[in-house]
Amino acid sequence: MDVATTAAEGSPPVAAPSATPRRRSRPWRQNRWRQGSWPALLWLGPSLVLIVGVVLYPAYLLVRASFSRYSITGLYRGSAGTDNYTNLAGQDALPTVLMTTLVWVVAVVAITIVLSLGLAQFLDKPFFGRRVVRWALIVPWAASLIMTARLFVWIYDYYFGILNRFLQWLHVIDGPVDWLGDDSTILPAMIAVGVFVSLPFTAYVFLAGLQSIPRDLYEAAKMDGASAWRTYRSVTLPLLRPALLVAIVLNMIYVFNSFPIIWTLNDRNPGFSHDTTITFMYKIAFKSALRDVGMSAAMSVVNVLLILVAVLFYLRTVRWREEA
Amino acid sequence: MASRRQFAWQRSVSRRVVLPAAGLLLATTVLMPYLVMFFTAVKPDAELRATPPRLTPTVWRFGNFADVVRDPSFQSWLKVSLVVSLASTAVVLVAAVPAAYYTARHRFRGRTAFLFLVLVTQMFAPTALVVGLYRQFFEANLINTYAALILTNSAFNLAFAIWILNGFFASIPREIEEAAALDGCGRIGTLRRVTLPLAMPGVVTAVIFTFIAAWNEYVVALTLMTEESRKPLTVGINSYVTAYEQHWSALFAASIIAIVPVVVLFASIERYLVGGLTAGSVR
Repeated sequence: MDVATTAAEGSPPVAAPSATPRRRSRPWRQNRWRQGSWPALLWLGPSLVLIVGVVLYPAYLLVRASFSRYSITGLYRGSAGTDNYTNLAGQDALPTVLMTTLVWVVAVVAITIVLSLGLAQFLDKPFFGRRVVRWALIVPWAASLIMTARLFVWIYDYYFGILNRFLQWLHVIDGPVDWLGDDSTILPAMIAVGVFVSLPFTAYVFLAGLQSIPRDLYEAAKMDGASAWRTYRSVTLPLLRPALLVAIVLNMIYVFNSFPIIWTLNDRNPGFSHDTTITFMYKIAFKSALRDVGMSAAMSVVNVLLILVAVLFYLRTVRWREEA
Repeated sequence: MASRRQFAWQRSVSRRVVLPAAGLLLATTVLMPYLVMFFTAVKPDAELRATPPRLTPTVWRFGNFADVVRDPSFQSWLKVSLVVSLASTAVVLVAAVPAAYYTARHRFRGRTAFLFLVLVTQMFAPTALVVGLYRQFFEANLINTYAALILTNSAFNLAFAIWILNGFFASIPREIEEAAALDGCGRIGTLRRVTLPLAMPGVVTAVIFTFIAAWNEYVVALTLMTEESRKPLTVGINSYVTAYEQHWSALFAASIIAIVPVVVLFASIERYLVGGLTAGSVR
């Protein structure tokens, strides 16, 4: 959003009546660069085709599918009214799935944000080997999520996983734990992986935010005799606010839409008790006995609305606090 | 004076010893899972079933990598991944460069609407729309085609590329382009010979981001590419470990082959990553 404003400020409209005489004296600017809206369509055309054809149209199809009936092989069987939504609401698994989703999103985002704040603070300091640490941090970010998820299935393995071995060696646990098979440990185990893969992006956003804070503000705080904690609270955090906002909103969207981790780590558990609304939606359409495209589409529509409401709610709360 | 000197000394100890040590610990922790991946990839099959499990192999079997590379299935997945990622990156560039340039340089009716539209597409993950995408490509008879996956990857990574490039283009002074135009460069010539080279870091960032995003994409490929010969790496390698056969070392050898290049690519834009990300969102 902010790029748009910056761009606009940096480049006054070509056809603006306030153009300076100096500008007006350059005929090429007006003749060749300023035309109707057809050139705009030409320059934006390819992007518009992609967005309309592969984002908006499928979104429309999704909404339409949520009000339609389909055969088990996916053929259209006419309108279903709101049946898909009522069927969805009647699913026994739905309350559990919604609860899992809430815990998953809130836990992953909250833990990620807190850890990343510390991580960014640490990486902002100059020290020998900082570059290596920053490169190490890139690995979980760049690596395919599905590959990382399968790696953790192996690490969490009851018999052969290295985690049980390591924790037993540390005497944290007495015997092996079936991390992904036990109802009480699977969600924390998935959350840990979720945090692990979300950390790099978030830390980098904060690092960028930290580096944009003018150094003389810190010097001024030091002159005033502010303690390190006080400086952090009164200088760093307020100025990190835009970065914080962006990181929270983007992480909410990413984590909510996250598929591979839950899909993979929860793979061998039957039923929907550890699914989020995203994997639940996928299973309804493609993997469970239900094979119901219509109901799955209804779940997708609800998903989009849920994340929209969550983000708006968060932004409102933040704005409200700012005004108070 | 003494206390101040002591303070300075403590500071230098912290800088020389404590911080690097903490950094080393942090780097090791972050890399540990991937070290497990590597150690498992070079274990002989027999050692995978050892209890209690060992972190490192007793016999290092680097031949596991050669086995995977020689596997025709792996070669097929790799080919699909390469074709899809390269084509998606090309499509994104062709669409994003003109759009980002035009919106950075001009105010026109619908400009805000267009940028908002781009932002909205960034909010939609392909995962959220996967049922709609499936319907679309099913009805268009494009299931199991490269085109379906390339189009999807391009469309959903377009927003990022446009935002990054828009920031870079906007930061290039208009005067430079005007000078080029006075020297007789046409509109396209100016863009190609002056503006694009100046915005190169942005282009590189957009290219690498798109390539990696397409390379790592999973859920759409899982849904659209059901035919064995059309599966990319992210989907294909899962057949190494199923309920019936467990070739963990093959799975991880293949994963490492897939991960290492993208990590190197990512690290190569590390310098611009922070700047690129701030251009897109934080400012």
